[in-house]
Amino acid sequence: MAEKEQLTDHIVSVLVNNHPGVLSKVTSLITRRGFNIDGISAGNTKQSDMFRLTIVVKGDDRSIEQIQKQLYKIIDVVKVWIITPESKLDREIGLIKIKIPQSLRNEILQMINVFKASIIDAGPEGFIVEITGTSEKIDSFLSLFEHHQIVEVARSGIVAMNRWEKK
Amino acid sequence: MNGARIVVESLKKEGVDTLFCYTGGAVISIFDELHKHGEGITMIQPRHEQGGTHAADGYARSTGKPGVVLVTSGPGATNTITGIATAYMDSTPLVVITGQVSTDKIGTDAFQESDVTGITLPITKANFLVKDVNDLALTIKRAFFLATTGRPGPVVIDIPGDVQKQECKFTYPDDPGLTSYRPKESGHPKQIKSTAKMLSKAKKPLILAGGGVNLSQANDELNSFLNKYNIPVATTLMGHGINPEDVRLFCGFVGMHGTLYANYAIQNADLIIAIGVRFSDRITGDASVFAKNAKLIHVDIDPAEIGKNIPVDLPIVGPAKSVLKELNGADIKGDYSAWIEEIDDYRKKNPLVYEKTGTLKPQYLVELASKIFPEDTIVATDVGQNQMWVGQYYRFRYPKTFLTSGGLGTMGFGLPAAIGAAVGNPDRQVLMFSGDGGFQMNMQELNTIRKYNLKVKMIVMDNSYLGMVRQWQELLFEKRYAGTDMGDNPDFIKLAEVFGIRAVRLEKPEDAERVLKELAECETSMLVHAAIDPNENVLPMVPAGKPLDKVITKF
Repeated sequence: MAEKEQLTDHIVSVLVNNHPGVLSKVTSLITRRGFNIDGISAGNTKQSDMFRLTIVVKGDDRSIEQIQKQLYKIIDVVKVWIITPESKLDREIGLIKIKIPQSLRNEILQMINVFKASIIDAGPEGFIVEITGTSEKIDSFLSLFEHHQIVEVARSGIVAMNRWEKK
Repeated sequence: MNGARIVVESLKKEGVDTLFCYTGGAVISIFDELHKHGEGITMIQPRHEQGGTHAADGYARSTGKPGVVLVTSGPGATNTITGIATAYMDSTPLVVITGQVSTDKIGTDAFQESDVTGITLPITKANFLVKDVNDLALTIKRAFFLATTGRPGPVVIDIPGDVQKQECKFTYPDDPGLTSYRPKESGHPKQIKSTAKMLSKAKKPLILAGGGVNLSQANDELNSFLNKYNIPVATTLMGHGINPEDVRLFCGFVGMHGTLYANYAIQNADLIIAIGVRFSDRITGDASVFAKNAKLIHVDIDPAEIGKNIPVDLPIVGPAKSVLKELNGADIKGDYSAWIEEIDDYRKKNPLVYEKTGTLKPQYLVELASKIFPEDTIVATDVGQNQMWVGQYYRFRYPKTFLTSGGLGTMGFGLPAAIGAAVGNPDRQVLMFSGDGGFQMNMQELNTIRKYNLKVKMIVMDNSYLGMVRQWQELLFEKRYAGTDMGDNPDFIKLAEVFGIRAVRLEKPEDAERVLKELAECETSMLVHAAIDPNENVLPMVPAGKPLDKVITKF
């Protein structure tokens, strides 16, 4: 048997028929096969009767292959892609409600510009910032703030696909 | 036509002739339509829905047709869960129809409501909640199609009461219209060629055949394959019956309580062709050293089984039947006679043995029954020691003659499974082996035997212990028999007689032959209460997680 491989985050994209209960079928299958879901997002595709789920799971390469095969056993699963680290293109969106004292407003505005984020709401106590990018980018944006400054964070979870194959 | 009638007409279209059903508030309408229009469908009513589901399972395993169950919502449905999980683990085709509360009540914690599709999600191949009568016929079509094709398994259809009353035009579709479900119909030709090449090079090949060969009805193909190329074969527990077991090429069943020579063959082979097996922990022991000298070719209809528990050198995804048919036409040159002699020799030196001490030995009972009962007898077992003794000492000769809960290990399976087999095979002998523990888990079904005048021959091997666990306690827990003493058992003779079933007590080995002959020849159901040696253990034994060659042969 293979040596224990390093557990790393893997991104699995799943195209499913948009039938009731299909999301819970997919997530419960992954859970009961012993894997943890670190992130999940769902949305429409070009076919209106189908959904694309993007799921982040921890595992080694062999277990990810198992997940892929097991997912294909769900009747409503149409296609499963493993998003490989070499060709992955992934994005996440984050909404962050930040408390900002008047004295720091200019400094914060600069940071928001550097991160190409935007302010989508403002109040006397602070802003709501929208930021798009890789998860790492959102992580590092959040790390700029003191814990007490961040009031609320909502993150979409990753959406991802493989890049065009290079010629 | 209303939904309830659509259910009945759809069952007829699927050729269902037997329905294991128990009524209740949420299926009154369907029972009513069965009463009015159910000609051609025999309704078998168990005394408990679990018994009914195991019976449908035994019916399916012994006939090859899907077992069909109809129960009410809530507790009716939850009582089927053990039966469904049992069928799921052993890939039995079942269609379980459950009533559900009306659609407007779903989610309100209504009387006898339970989330059946939620509960059965991890133990079904697929499940459906039908919310619109217009989807009903198509859903039933899909359920039967899914249950019986590819890797078979149980499918649940949950039908709310109001959907049963709604009206629509009935047309039964020809096409299930499942675009994302395409089980492979044959193995890849390249892989078949590679198999032939590997076999030609091998010196010590072994076929390991499992329940999948039974399910794929590939027995003839398997037998031609091993006879044509002279390759020895071992089976898993679930593989019993797929080939005649009194031939030289057969080396027993592998795993925890498998024969020494089968496990020896596994550990010393240089090529294993595993067909329709899933390498459960009871088969492999320590998986990291399983078949450590062999290249492994794994044939299975379910791609998810390949590489799941054991790394594979050559995968072949496809049904056993067609893969074996292809292999039979392949050009394979190999001489394995030295290997066969090696196994012969090993078998001669390490046969299955038990001590003959003057007490009634369960192994002796099984051996005797195997000789006395006709060759095509259908044997159902419960779970535990009785199951393993039958696995070791009964000589099976025909496919679909060994019904046992291999994967889930469900105590209480034996009696109802035997009942299902008797319903589906009225002209054949059905023999049940059970322990005193498992027998009592579904003994209410004795009444089903009486009610339908079924012919089931029963041997209750009573050691007044939950013997398999007791055996582990003896070996691993310094004989602290916590929770395994069954010294307070009821009088099984009186129990059977209450249900109008003839029963005989057997205590001495010298009476065994006479009593078992009587059992075999009896024209009605009959129960033998066999007071077996309470200290008898199942041996050989590979302790859980140990390599297959680290065998205990003595306690």
